[in-house]
Amino acid sequence: MVTQAYAQEAVAPAEEHVEGAEGAVDATHADPTADTHATTEAHGGEHGSDVFPPFDPATFPSQLLWLTITFAALYLLMSRVALPRIGGILANRKAIIDADLAAADASRQKTDAAIAAYESALAAAKSKAQGIANESREAIQADLAAKRSAVETDLAAKVTAAEARINVTKTEALTHVDEIATTTAQTVVTQLVGDVSADSVRAAVAKASKE
Amino acid sequence: MAGTDPIHQFVIYDIAKLFTVGGDGTEGSGVTFAFTNSALFMVATVAIVSLYMIMATGAKRVVPGRAQLVAELMYEFVANMVRSAAGTAGMKFFPLVFSLFTFILVANMLGMVPYFFTVTSHIIVTFALSMLVFLTVVIYGFVKNGPKFLKLFVPSGVPGYILPIVAPIEFISFMSRPISLSVRLFGNILAGHITLKVFTGFIVTMSSLGFLGILGSALPLIMAIALTGLEFLVGAVQAYVFAVLTCMYLNDAIHPSH
Repeated sequence: MVTQAYAQEAVAPAEEHVEGAEGAVDATHADPTADTHATTEAHGGEHGSDVFPPFDPATFPSQLLWLTITFAALYLLMSRVALPRIGGILANRKAIIDADLAAADASRQKTDAAIAAYESALAAAKSKAQGIANESREAIQADLAAKRSAVETDLAAKVTAAEARINVTKTEALTHVDEIATTTAQTVVTQLVGDVSADSVRAAVAKASKE
Repeated sequence: MAGTDPIHQFVIYDIAKLFTVGGDGTEGSGVTFAFTNSALFMVATVAIVSLYMIMATGAKRVVPGRAQLVAELMYEFVANMVRSAAGTAGMKFFPLVFSLFTFILVANMLGMVPYFFTVTSHIIVTFALSMLVFLTVVIYGFVKNGPKFLKLFVPSGVPGYILPIVAPIEFISFMSRPISLSVRLFGNILAGHITLKVFTGFIVTMSSLGFLGILGSALPLIMAIALTGLEFLVGAVQAYVFAVLTCMYLNDAIHPSH
């Protein structure tokens, strides 16, 4: 590099003249020494001053050749090795993350299902308990009502029976009243006026009791 | 004047002569191929990109390390660029765009190292790369769409009587793509490197003028420092621009009726 730089330095002043000349490019080709610039660096510097280096067609074949080789190599290495590998890494990572998320989601759904099952079981148990309570209450009430109605019927029957007996007794008693009155009246009359026939007394009593 | 010639950095010299095609056997005739300093830096560029991309991803870690993360970020960056500009169908060109982007980026960055040769400062290299893109677009466009590819020159929604004016303009703009693509990259890198060299040359020239010259050389020094930063930016931006435009041109081949 350094040697070349010094070689360049020597021709630098002349450069502007040469560069202006249009024939310089063609001269490069015509001049047999032009291609020998490659053999020595010092000459190479000299050659470069003939024409603006980026526009020097003598360098084009080599540049194109090596660009083709290197870029093709880069393209092959990237498309066959590096990029599929990175793509694989990214896809693998995405798959792992997705799987983890899916597992988390599945767990959450399981939890939700468990909570729902618990709540439905709880609700079922509650409603069942309520049903049992209602049933037993109704049963007790029905039992109570049945017993009460039985007792009431019994009582009513007893009352009726008692009333019937009272009536019988009353009627019986009432029949005795006439007899007693007759006897009493007979006795009274006997005491007062002497003997009297029982039939006449009875008739008198009946007459009196009718009045 | 010592070593301050701004053009000298672009000189290509042969490291080893390889072979000559054609010609009559006499020296200077035919086309001579050689391993040059340019070739050396092309090889270095490809070696750096390939070794990095392959070695950094060798472990295939699910949780990436720093090196692997950079490789993945490059991948995602270019992949998103292709996907947003050319759609999912454009992903078959992803390796091409990725190779172009990394090649130009690393070549530009290598060129920022003092005494290193800048591959992209030669029009033939940038032109070859843009012709690669152009031919890919044209060939793929015709293979995939057939004659429908020509719809590219007939923008939809344009009234018929304007078409005779619009279609030639579209055609010319299409045909000038490889030139604009290559000259943009070439021009930016070339101009940047010349400017940088001119300003650093001022430092040397002024310093030889004695005490006042040394004091005054602070100005070009500051410029050179600022320009160095700018050139790194330009190198990265131009690689990005080249890749993005490649994606947009490929999009034309994939979806010609835009």
